[in-house]
Amino acid sequence: MKNKSLVSINDFTREEHVRILELAGVFEKRPKQRILADYVIATLFFEPSTRTRLSFESAATRLGAQVIGFTDAASSSVQKGESLRDTILTVSNYCDLIVMRHPKEGSARFASEVAKVPVINAGDGSNQHPTQTLLDLYSIRKTQGTLDKLNVAFVGDLKYGRTVHSLVMALCNYNTTFHLVSPLELKLPSAVKIHIKEKNLTYHQYTDLSEVIQKADILYMTRIQKERFSDPLDYEKVKSAYVLKNSLLEGAKSNLRVLHPLPRVNEIATDVDDNPKAYYFTQALNGVFVRQALLAAILGVVD
Amino acid sequence: MEKEELRKELKVSAIENGTVIDHIPSQSVFQVIKILNLSEYKNQLLIGTNLDSTKMGKKGIIKVSNKFFRSDEINKIALVAPSATLIVIKNFKVVDKSKVEIPDYIEKIVTCFNPNCITNNEDVPTRFTVIDKKDLKLRCHYCEKITARDNIAFR
Repeated sequence: MKNKSLVSINDFTREEHVRILELAGVFEKRPKQRILADYVIATLFFEPSTRTRLSFESAATRLGAQVIGFTDAASSSVQKGESLRDTILTVSNYCDLIVMRHPKEGSARFASEVAKVPVINAGDGSNQHPTQTLLDLYSIRKTQGTLDKLNVAFVGDLKYGRTVHSLVMALCNYNTTFHLVSPLELKLPSAVKIHIKEKNLTYHQYTDLSEVIQKADILYMTRIQKERFSDPLDYEKVKSAYVLKNSLLEGAKSNLRVLHPLPRVNEIATDVDDNPKAYYFTQALNGVFVRQALLAAILGVVD
Repeated sequence: MEKEELRKELKVSAIENGTVIDHIPSQSVFQVIKILNLSEYKNQLLIGTNLDSTKMGKKGIIKVSNKFFRSDEINKIALVAPSATLIVIKNFKVVDKSKVEIPDYIEKIVTCFNPNCITNNEDVPTRFTVIDKKDLKLRCHYCEKITARDNIAFR
């Protein structure tokens, strides 16, 4: 994986995904190692993101790397009208690896073609967010002991949620059975379903959350955003239908874990937080270990 | 005598050497010219459109002297003229005849349907993989979104 950019989850093979998850396990046991003390990592956030940026910077700092960059486009030369190409060409002179988030889809792919150093995509518009996918895979494997043949339920906005699209694509490598729960307006796009069909896997679609809870090993919750609905009344109708409450988890499998990419608004009631099945805050912690693994593998300090 | 009759039939004169692009839908003739960048062409170029055709009702035809296209150059026109026939002429004689084929990859000529794609916001040439030749679906190399037949526009 040395010097390889990670733009889309499919840029890495199944074997490379597994290697990253194994390495993340090593960093979870020993998070502070100064193996990147000679390296500079640039975090270019053309759009603000607290969680992802802090998680990357924490990962880099714990490995001893120096971090440079900007936290939103307003404090960069983009403000002066500089093109993305010029920004990337310039910054790649100053660092060994670029982590970038950008509001336009495809920006990270373009940057990876221009840059002289590897690029990790930390989110390009509604397209891809592969490091989120890897930390989701890590969380699933850690809680279930395997990635193979699981029943994974996705709940909420399956149409616009990029974390859902990438995770579905990644799980297609592991004989997953998909349970897709969403309002009719927010069903998984056919472009993503094509990947499930290509692998001859099964998916079931539901509009009712209570139908899937007893079948699932993983319940992946997402936020339904008001602005996705042209008619506010439609939003009012669906918003409470996809809220997970503690009482709904009675009768679930003992190995069931609830995941959520965060931030949560109201789609998981706070009474779920104390349930041992709630895993979303640990999931966020796992993001640091997975990003440490990626930085170390791409910079070639581990095999 | 026979030859003379044939020549009378020709609404667009014959060329000695080059390529004839026949059976172009009339409404696509000027798009084909644009895609092949023929407005810059320095040799003889003959264009006919709204000609009678037994096969198509009306058709267009373009005759390009002294030009033999590579398949990746010419197949781009299949996006607007899937019915087009390519005829290679040498010494006024037909030496090869073939249909255009939709290529596996399309670069530069098509606009990505997604307004939020980087190619619509910065100076980036477009690149697509053709994922469905029958229904014509193009996947953008950058934003990974699909541009389908009804949404195809040219840059």
